[in-house]
Amino acid sequence: MNAPIKNASIAEILKNYDNPSRDKLIPVLQDVQNAQGYLSQEAMIEISNCLKLPVSKVFGVASFYNQFKFQPRGKYEIQVCRGTACHVQGSSRVLDAIKKHLKIEAGETTRDGLFTLEVVACIGACGLAPVISINGEFYASLTPEKVVKILDQYINKKESKDDE
Amino acid sequence: MMNNPNITIFDYLPESLISKYLELFNDENKEELKSFDNKDNQLKLLRREDVLKPVIFIGTGTCGLGAGAARTLNSIKAHLESININACITEVGCVGLCYSEPIVDIQLPGFSRISIGNVTADNAGKILDKIFNQEVPEDNVLYQYKIDGLKSWNNVPYAEEHEFLSRQTRWVLSNCGIIDPLNIKEYIAKGGYSAIVKTLKDYTQEDVCNIVEKSGLRGRGGGGFPAGKKWKFALNQKEEQKFFICNADEGDPGAFMDRAVIEGDPHRLIEGLIVSAFAIGASNAYVYIRAEYPLAIRNLEKAIKDAKKWGFLGKNILGSDYSLDIIIKKGAGAFVCGEETALIHSIEGKRGMPRPRPPFPAIKGLFGKPTIINNVETLANIPAIVLKGAEWFSSIGTENSKGTKVFALSGKVKRTGLVEVEMGTSIRDIVFTIGGGILKDQAYKAVQIGGPSGGCVPENHLDIKVDYESLKTIGAMMGSGGLVVMDEHNCMVDVARFFMDFIQRESCGKCIPCREGTKRMLEILNSITRGRQSENNTDALERFTGIVQLEQLASVIQESSLCGLGQTAPNPVLSTMRWFKEEYDSHIYERTCPAGVCQELITYQINPEACKGCTLCAKKCPNDAIVGKLKEAHYILEDKCIKCGVCAEVCKFNAVIRKYSENII
Repeated sequence: MNAPIKNASIAEILKNYDNPSRDKLIPVLQDVQNAQGYLSQEAMIEISNCLKLPVSKVFGVASFYNQFKFQPRGKYEIQVCRGTACHVQGSSRVLDAIKKHLKIEAGETTRDGLFTLEVVACIGACGLAPVISINGEFYASLTPEKVVKILDQYINKKESKDDE
Repeated sequence: MMNNPNITIFDYLPESLISKYLELFNDENKEELKSFDNKDNQLKLLRREDVLKPVIFIGTGTCGLGAGAARTLNSIKAHLESININACITEVGCVGLCYSEPIVDIQLPGFSRISIGNVTADNAGKILDKIFNQEVPEDNVLYQYKIDGLKSWNNVPYAEEHEFLSRQTRWVLSNCGIIDPLNIKEYIAKGGYSAIVKTLKDYTQEDVCNIVEKSGLRGRGGGGFPAGKKWKFALNQKEEQKFFICNADEGDPGAFMDRAVIEGDPHRLIEGLIVSAFAIGASNAYVYIRAEYPLAIRNLEKAIKDAKKWGFLGKNILGSDYSLDIIIKKGAGAFVCGEETALIHSIEGKRGMPRPRPPFPAIKGLFGKPTIINNVETLANIPAIVLKGAEWFSSIGTENSKGTKVFALSGKVKRTGLVEVEMGTSIRDIVFTIGGGILKDQAYKAVQIGGPSGGCVPENHLDIKVDYESLKTIGAMMGSGGLVVMDEHNCMVDVARFFMDFIQRESCGKCIPCREGTKRMLEILNSITRGRQSENNTDALERFTGIVQLEQLASVIQESSLCGLGQTAPNPVLSTMRWFKEEYDSHIYERTCPAGVCQELITYQINPEACKGCTLCAKKCPNDAIVGKLKEAHYILEDKCIKCGVCAEVCKFNAVIRKYSENII
């Protein structure tokens, strides 16, 4: 199984799987989401054809797991850790600050398509709670004030690029 | 393996294979090793018994990266270039002192290895300069490693004397943060893979099962079932195909031991998995790992590739007739997949829902074949048990719980991180001696152990020994090893609500007691923590019936749920109710939250003497609940206040008072 190329088409991804059986369903879904950012209706139909499974089964599995998304994602994906350690260190206030600053709820994407806000069960960096990750980059020991500053950095990055 | 670091695979390999492995060993491009064609000298260098040029080790596990290790690394590289020093930079995993990350170790030729904490991009250069001048950076130094024949640093404690490490017994974590996880040779130099060589040479499958059973090793994932006993069920099945699954789907919020082991010492897991798979005669092994651990997956993939190259995996391992492949399966994010049968369904490409047992997976598991599932920590214990024997392992621990246990210590504690202690160590020792006590010297309230299935340890039970059975007596459980410390500013009702919210979201929905029951429990807890202004008469009645039913509901869920997740789901509520009844009472009867956490139960008032009448709070109030004229004291209308706390945040004169309970004003 090769690492899927970003923006690869579903056909290309499915080529990596030779005659895929049922147990390849989740890896295929993961690869498609990796390449396209989310699982579109068309993608799921194509996958179901290839695996010879009803679309309902494919969607049933995809909707069971937290990892799979059915809407396009923002440019920056914010994951707010809501593990126990983060919770006792005040992660709910951090989450509130993000919601307020970006004016979106968890699971939503900002209207300019810049941020998607996700709540995850545990990132596994409990010693540094509260933690968030933005596109895989970790920010630790946060406070509501700190997180707003971090978000502004990303917003400004976008604006300075617009100027160029 | 750890006591006598000089034993390696070369001491166990049959004559016919030694030359092949020597060749593999010498196949090395690094110039520093090239000059050493002698195996023993190479091993010595790989064990860092001395170095030829300065070596800088930087912890770039998830914890380190979170604390900014990537920026530190860049700054170190730039600094080395600017001062023109030729040093070798090695990225290692987590040593477990999360509170001091980013951690950088430096070893100069002829000197022992010294550990420095809190090395940021700003101070890295200064610290390096000091070390190169052979001075100790007093403010940041943590400890040094004792290495015979090397000059030690003055006035720097040894690792085994360090406040965080001295009470620990590091077996599973012995290599974490010390060796380069991506270099199989360093693992081998530390005695790694000897267990496989020894197993295939000296033991039958039954022997291995017997050794593990005799050692008393119990599943570290939470259940605590004796590992060797479980393996024998599968061993006795007469099937062509059997499977071994390593459960690395560390879903408990608050636990990160498995991640640290895989990131910092992936070969130990692989070796343990190979030996275990051999013991039951498995043809394929799976590692089911969370997709949220990208770094761990990367390290594991590399380690499996290397293990194959070295012939520890694949066809006819070490010339024997045993063959094994390890397949990585990425979990897609479902807490319930920690349950054995749900995990099996997930690997089969189905929704991760548990099924009734029996038949147990050891009889009928993955694809209908006998399957054994053990978690990462259990398997990481196996190599040492096989090498050193059952007696060595069972020599420490309590009567029914042997060996060590790794805990992820976090929350309101001074020193957070990975803690590996002997079974039988008290919670007090872990929190106060190793953890250094409560953050900001606040009062201790409880330790939450065992995650969403576990319970709390209150102050009067702090001396309880860590052991599978004893923890159950106070309504807690070992669980996978998350230890979250809470102080007086944490509300136990809120903590119970937090876990209930988690469980009801993660309930797979298959059986009704869990699906509906946990949801109802959450509703009841929500109603307790809701303020008066947002409830009408029906709500109030609902709240009272809920409170009356809460305990009965909990016992129904416990008794009638299908899987372990459901059966243990009410534990956080029951445990907090048992030990912190007064706190529930003040929420229910007085409608106050003594810890000041439950937002809707806080009352906001303005101190007329401190208020300057700047009108800022009135302007910022989203619900127009603040009235008052310019330069006159303002007033909060309690009926309109939505308890958002904005007024307290914006007030420059600290005139807004948060009132938590009747006695505080």
